[in-house]
Amino acid sequence: MVTGFFSGKGKIWWIVALVVLCIVPLVLPRFYVYMLSIILLFGLLATSNDFPLGFGGLYQLHHAVFYGVGAYATAIVITKSGLSPWLAFLIGPIISAVLGLIMGLICVRLSKLYFGMLQISLGSLVWAVVFRWYSFTGGDDGIHGITVPDIISSYQGAYYFTLIITGLSLFIMYRILKSPYGSVLQGIRDNPVRSAMIGVNVKKHQLLALIIAGFFAGLAGVLFVVVDNTVFPDMLFWTLSMETTIMCLLGGWLTFLGPMLGAAVIILVRTFVSTYTVYWGLALGIIAGLVIFFMPNGVLGWFQDVFKRKANLAEVKE
Amino acid sequence: MDVTGILNQAFVGLSRTVILFIVSSGLSLILGVLRIPNIAHGSLYMIGAFMAFTISRLFGGGEMGFWMALIGAPLVVALISLFAERSVFQHLYEREHLMLLLLTFAFSLIFGDLVKIIWGGDYKSVPVPQVFQGFVPLIGGLPFPTYNVFLLVCGPVIAILLWLLVNKTKIGKISQAAAVDREMVGAVGINVSWVFAIVFVIGCLLAGLGGALVAPTVSVTLGMDHTLIMEAFLIVIMGGLGNIWGALLGALIFGLTQSLGILVWPQFGIIFPYAAVIIVLLFRPAGLLKATW
Repeated sequence: MVTGFFSGKGKIWWIVALVVLCIVPLVLPRFYVYMLSIILLFGLLATSNDFPLGFGGLYQLHHAVFYGVGAYATAIVITKSGLSPWLAFLIGPIISAVLGLIMGLICVRLSKLYFGMLQISLGSLVWAVVFRWYSFTGGDDGIHGITVPDIISSYQGAYYFTLIITGLSLFIMYRILKSPYGSVLQGIRDNPVRSAMIGVNVKKHQLLALIIAGFFAGLAGVLFVVVDNTVFPDMLFWTLSMETTIMCLLGGWLTFLGPMLGAAVIILVRTFVSTYTVYWGLALGIIAGLVIFFMPNGVLGWFQDVFKRKANLAEVKE
Repeated sequence: MDVTGILNQAFVGLSRTVILFIVSSGLSLILGVLRIPNIAHGSLYMIGAFMAFTISRLFGGGEMGFWMALIGAPLVVALISLFAERSVFQHLYEREHLMLLLLTFAFSLIFGDLVKIIWGGDYKSVPVPQVFQGFVPLIGGLPFPTYNVFLLVCGPVIAILLWLLVNKTKIGKISQAAAVDREMVGAVGINVSWVFAIVFVIGCLLAGLGGALVAPTVSVTLGMDHTLIMEAFLIVIMGGLGNIWGALLGALIFGLTQSLGILVWPQFGIIFPYAAVIIVLLFRPAGLLKATW
């Protein structure tokens, strides 16, 4: 269900939000700008996770692999070769997309939980390689002090770069979901058998969704390199994938903007909880548990349901 | 690399297999009957190991402590799981697997932090009891820890007990039937809800037992759940969901490729089991043995 977030009455709010997001780094202190950048890039990661999960019906359970591989590829190209960082920013997502293709080719034959588990297995393989290959990836230390171009090396520059890339990516993903391809993908999610019957190549469409998701996750990885200048193996660990999936679920995994909202909530809560206590996992666990128990469609999904119910009531009264 | 070295590694792999089998058979039982992909299973294993530490210390750490820990730790884990099942999971059986997966992940986060609150972040070690200290010579004269021999005995015993439980007892038969058709079993007047609770508790008890058994051989620490639960899941998927013999086969493949892989390629020994899973699933997408799904 992609509702018309970019059209009609909503347009004015979009402009307001964009203006606020552009002015914010000029007034807020560094810490908050950094946090906003992290929210944006995790929002991009969660949205790209939701692309196959919520709209393609594929159990994309190890999405962090594409994020981490994109970040690592960028970091390695920057530190080990003489290529321009700008080129590295493109190589990272492309390698993620290629990994998405390879893993997709293996996984797409399975469905639901088996798909997710095989993906986790393949992802753990990639994680193990990154974790152990000291000479190439830095092993469990990761790679630190990655130099990015001067124009985006300041915290404000990094923020604007993140804002632009995230905005563009979200727009592109939205257009893809609105395109005929996106409609077919959602049709496959709702009924794969019927889609196949009317002549849709189900596997090919799913594979394309995985490649697109891999590309944008890689892009989120690039943004992390720009914002934080480090990469580490935990970026590929399966617990991060679970957290990303929780972000999708919390915001509303059947809505387009839900994952972004979920990412914002989780990053904000994490930042503020972490200043008081080390038991962040406890807080996240309780939040996630409550959401799954009481709001299985997430916050945005819940609002949509409520409004739909109200609209229905109004119709009945008429 | 000589034959005795390979044999020795194979025996190390087999002891690992026992632990993996005990934990993943519990996971498989829950997956097969209740259809819950229980990520918190790894946390229960970790709690089992930490409980073993506490109970063993309570009884002075000696022989007595070890045996009490071996009995007590799984029981504590069973109690925790009974509470979790009755309060939360029993309301959610009809939900999508994705939701259950994330909910159990939420539980694993909560359990992880509770362990951190109760036991702190330090390494804990559980002493090996006197009987099992020392080494026995293997073929070729290589020393092999006596405790691992004990593990190698435990594995088949538990496998047989599980087989008896599933195939020869009433609860086992009912749970098999309930796995196929829940409504029908309820319709003939059996309280399915409690059958599910019992199966869930038995599965979790196995996780606790695995934790208690592994405790003397490793340093008990936070994060031991994260690696193990992935391994257990892959074993269950590789063996066929819900099939206990599949879990045994999967654990064998996983344990042996892990220990022998280290001989082949020390730096990347860790990747062999994962590669094995991928190869198995490429040729048999639904696992090696028949899944109950």
